[in-house]
Amino acid sequence: MDNLSLLMGGFGSVLTPENLMYCAIGVLLGTFVGVLPGIGPAMAVALLLPVTYGLDPVAAFIMFAGIYYGGMYGGSTTAILLNTPGESASVMTALEGNLMARAGRAAQALATAAIGSFIAGTIGTLLVVFFAPALASVAVEIGAPSYFALMVLAMVSVTSVLGGSPLRGFIALFIGLTIGLVGLDLNTGQPRLSFDQPLLADRIDVVVVAVGIFALGEALWVAAHLRRSPVRVIPVGRPWMSRADLKRSWGPWLRGTAYGFPFGAVPAGGAEIPTFMSYITEKRIAARKGQDEFGRGAIEGVAGPEAANNASAAGTFVPLLALGLPVTATSAVMLAAFQGYGIEPGPSLMTDQPDLVWALLASLLIGNVLLLVLNLPLAPVWAKLLRIPRPQLYAGILFFATLGAYATNLQAFDLFLLLLLGLLGLLMRRFALPVLPLILGVILGPLMELKLREAMAISGGEVDALWSEPLAVVIYAIVLIAIVAPLVLRRIRPAPAAVAVEEGLAEDATPDATGDLEEEEKVR
Amino acid sequence: MRPLTRHGTSRGAARAVAVVAALSATLLLATGCGVTRGPQSSDLTMLIPNSPGGGYDQTGRAAIAVMENDDITGGSFEVTNVIGAGGSVAMTRLMNAEGDDRTMMTAGLGVVGSLYSFGAPYKLDDATPLAQLIEDQEGVLVPPDSPFETIEDLVEAWQADPGSIVVGGGSSPGGPDHLFPMQLASAVDIDARNVRYVPYDGGGPLTSALLGSKIDVGFSGVGEFTGQLASGELRLLAVSGEERLKGEGISQAPTLTESGIDLVFTNWRGVLAPPGISDERRAELIGMLEEMHETPEWRQALEDNGWIDEFKTGDEFTAFLQEQDERVATTLEELDLL
Repeated sequence: MDNLSLLMGGFGSVLTPENLMYCAIGVLLGTFVGVLPGIGPAMAVALLLPVTYGLDPVAAFIMFAGIYYGGMYGGSTTAILLNTPGESASVMTALEGNLMARAGRAAQALATAAIGSFIAGTIGTLLVVFFAPALASVAVEIGAPSYFALMVLAMVSVTSVLGGSPLRGFIALFIGLTIGLVGLDLNTGQPRLSFDQPLLADRIDVVVVAVGIFALGEALWVAAHLRRSPVRVIPVGRPWMSRADLKRSWGPWLRGTAYGFPFGAVPAGGAEIPTFMSYITEKRIAARKGQDEFGRGAIEGVAGPEAANNASAAGTFVPLLALGLPVTATSAVMLAAFQGYGIEPGPSLMTDQPDLVWALLASLLIGNVLLLVLNLPLAPVWAKLLRIPRPQLYAGILFFATLGAYATNLQAFDLFLLLLLGLLGLLMRRFALPVLPLILGVILGPLMELKLREAMAISGGEVDALWSEPLAVVIYAIVLIAIVAPLVLRRIRPAPAAVAVEEGLAEDATPDATGDLEEEEKVR
Repeated sequence: MRPLTRHGTSRGAARAVAVVAALSATLLLATGCGVTRGPQSSDLTMLIPNSPGGGYDQTGRAAIAVMENDDITGGSFEVTNVIGAGGSVAMTRLMNAEGDDRTMMTAGLGVVGSLYSFGAPYKLDDATPLAQLIEDQEGVLVPPDSPFETIEDLVEAWQADPGSIVVGGGSSPGGPDHLFPMQLASAVDIDARNVRYVPYDGGGPLTSALLGSKIDVGFSGVGEFTGQLASGELRLLAVSGEERLKGEGISQAPTLTESGIDLVFTNWRGVLAPPGISDERRAELIGMLEEMHETPEWRQALEDNGWIDEFKTGDEFTAFLQEQDERVATTLEELDLL
């Protein structure tokens, strides 16, 4: 427990009233900038980094930690309240989170996100403290074949969110996969589906797709029905989480952390896959328990992905500190920041500059605590934002969504793209096509292609390279079990209970588009 | 805000909305939405063909910082990052600004390749070339447990069986990290089409592929790997420029020419102006860049970033651009990528 005493030493150098004040300012600034649509954590940290210049290293660290956690949490806030995720990692949070918000449970969604982030961030940072060097050397051994196997597993899982009509689900999935193809082919440098439009060459940003389909499509759909439906004010919920909410959130928080951390710790993991896997897992568990609220705003669907997102973010410190490898946009910004503070990440970091590293890790833990302390009371305040009457609320969402899409690249073309995608979102709602498979197609398709082609390029086209890594074989075994087990179970044990679960799965998998439809029809 | 108060929404929510709105406004201003300026102003615009923090951005902004600090242009600069298609979008904007003698653009080798990939109807020398500012060397990198101790070992194994060596780089085809191994292969009589090149999304993923020995050798800008080279996590077999570089784990690496390979390959960056500006104005802009080049601040910027001082202007730069364009075209043609 040598590391523990070193960490305590870190706390000793960090914990002063003055430093806590810097941290609190960092958390608030981070949250407010992160809340702006189109600004993900990477952008928030980059924008606010100059604020920490001129402070002594320890004060700069702790303020930075505050900005970092604040920025991440701010991104989830917009995803939940306005259905406009600021980065691909919070797309899953937006799904159930926004449904909760529209059912008057925004405060609970924000609270479970904040506590989940806290728990995942704390566990993740502690794992970094104790295992970073050991994990890093294992992590680089994982290559393209294993990542590809993971993508196959994720794709197979997509089938469980296709919705009541598999045909509609597959249509949506393939539209998503097609959108994911647009742009420059990384291996040959040739443009695909870009219609000679250079602005389409850099692929269509997942965030633009999510904001277009979720926020814009929804706003247009509501606008199209505004005159025909009575004014429906979002009910005012309780301001705090109930005991039942807490009970339902515990499991997802811990499972989300377990998904997120390993993905963050490996160099090409990212947060998309673990947030998605966490969402699927929680949905299945809820269905099995027979209390599936998914599609109507399930708190598990916010707690799990949010925890996975934050645990993955904490995990990225493993390659960052131990190898000097930035694996996400946010960690690339952080690497630059650390170098500015005089930390040179790499294998010798832990032995060369232990004081700075332990002060940094202690700062991250303190930043996490302050985030919770400052943001939990704010949750009901944010939630009141939704009490704005519908026309004004949706006008505001349109405004912020447009602003966000423009602010990322300052290209008018992105606005055109956003409107086009919004129209697609409206049409999908009109024809009851589920939107979730589309978004997953956009996220998973390119990742899957990238890893397959990397594996193929390395092996020189030898297909058996795909199962050349032990981890890949294990994952394929899991895929096989996931496909075969339900079929076998149904055949050997056609007990009514098992059938009921299967049907329950299919029906409860009602995607939110059809959910919206039903909701709107009820209103009518 | 009126509907808010009318419906009696709490002041907390109203305040939150106000803060968000105010912050968004600040953000838009900060990212630069065009500034009106009078006809007499000496303010200039600099187009940067990639995102903030990237290579072109660093070079462009360093040059601007020096020029503003020493009041060389008599005005200030507005920097616009025009992101897209590896610089083709920025290049299109520059070509469309024909005759605008208050705009410049930072460009480099990567933009040359992108213009081909996207079938752009123009080349860099169709604009008004002003000056090359810097040069960056590429390196040949291997993991520490690699069987290749020297560049000769690598070339020998590569010539014996081109398909046995998997090379990686941090750029897509047409980019510097792709062109370098292809030109190296050609220089040692290996058919470039037999080179097994795996593109990675920048230096981070390339490093992890090297550390995990997923690929045999990596080709990328040396500057990005100073930390890994100093700590011995990666080994540098050779550098691509005319002279050796300084630094721990770097200075012992020979140049290719020292090792008997007839190839000098550098990634360079420079500044262009739109087409159709007057010769007097062109000379004036070049003069500003020359003055910038002579300052101690620029020396410092070169040193801080590990850039090599390779400055050429006017017709010499134009000729260099034409030669570079030809080399890129030849390489891509050999690979059937054109």
